[in-house]
Amino acid sequence: MLRAAGGIALAVGAYGLSYGALATAAGLSVWQAQALSLLMYGGSSQLALVGVLASGGTGAAAGTTAALLGVRNLFYGVSMARMLRPRRRELVPMAHLMSDESAAMAAGRRTPATARYAYWATGLAVFLCWNAATLIGALVGSVLDDPAALGLDAASSAAFLALVAPRLRERGNQAVFLAAGLVAVGCSVVAGSGLPVVLAGLTALGVLFLPTGRARAAAPEPSRGPDPVHPVLPGPAGSPPERTGQRSVRTEKRGEHR
Amino acid sequence: MSWTWIAVAAAACFVLKLAGLLIPARVLAAPAVARVSEAIPVALLAALIATQTFVSDHRLVVDARLAGLVVAAVLLRLRAPFLVVVLGAAAVAALLRWLNLAS
Repeated sequence: MLRAAGGIALAVGAYGLSYGALATAAGLSVWQAQALSLLMYGGSSQLALVGVLASGGTGAAAGTTAALLGVRNLFYGVSMARMLRPRRRELVPMAHLMSDESAAMAAGRRTPATARYAYWATGLAVFLCWNAATLIGALVGSVLDDPAALGLDAASSAAFLALVAPRLRERGNQAVFLAAGLVAVGCSVVAGSGLPVVLAGLTALGVLFLPTGRARAAAPEPSRGPDPVHPVLPGPAGSPPERTGQRSVRTEKRGEHR
Repeated sequence: MSWTWIAVAAAACFVLKLAGLLIPARVLAAPAVARVSEAIPVALLAALIATQTFVSDHRLVVDARLAGLVVAAVLLRLRAPFLVVVLGAAAVAALLRWLNLAS
């Protein structure tokens, strides 16, 4: 389990480097990039925030997008509360260390004791690596004079595609993906930057109008062995294992990167 | 981005994490809630990809970023590691610009 946690931490480091470089290239200071990794601590939230800023969006639009991407932690929290049975004084650190990785590692365990061990080990390792990598990436990004010449704008889209790719095998998600992309581009032509992303997020409500049975049945069940938590876990934790090699080191868990 | 917004957004993300640990499971048990929350990241990431690839100053643009995205999609299909996907997309976009084949 410790080895798996170490492998995840290294993979997270690669992702943190990209985040740090993109953050400073988008105009955040090194300290701001680092503060987000320390305080917000959510990979996809942070990367989305930077993405909205990079396209000229306001702080409000960037913050809203980041918070919406953090919604899945609600669902992790519900299953973790049941699995880990946190004591009162553990609640704050346990909440802060919540990520796709720590939740997924804990969800693969059979007893509360091993689940707790997996959660803390993964959570701490990922937190440290994420922050160290952010600092290095932010320092590198801050000395680049022309990010576009190095293709950093394309790198950002590539990072988002890598995040969403594992979910695109499900038909309902494919429909949402296309609809949201079209809405965002359409709104971008008329609305201020950043707002289109938030508006496109509303297309997520569209899944309520899609036929259910097939979409749910198509969702893969990656869990090994009995997993009493699973029924309350929605897509995020129940999503298939990452296909990117970064996560191929993660043999024991599943889930999207934070 | 101001420090105020950084603090507000970070606090919102933390509250979501803490709330999950504290609220009763049945509050989120409705299938509709689960489906929508699963679709939210897909929609937001799609919107980010689309605007970062096709939009520049409120105009639709096709440039080196699209080539980078296509390369990223191919690399993902080949199950390349995250860093390879990101660097590959950047390298292709940078190369096209350096050769003046795309803006």
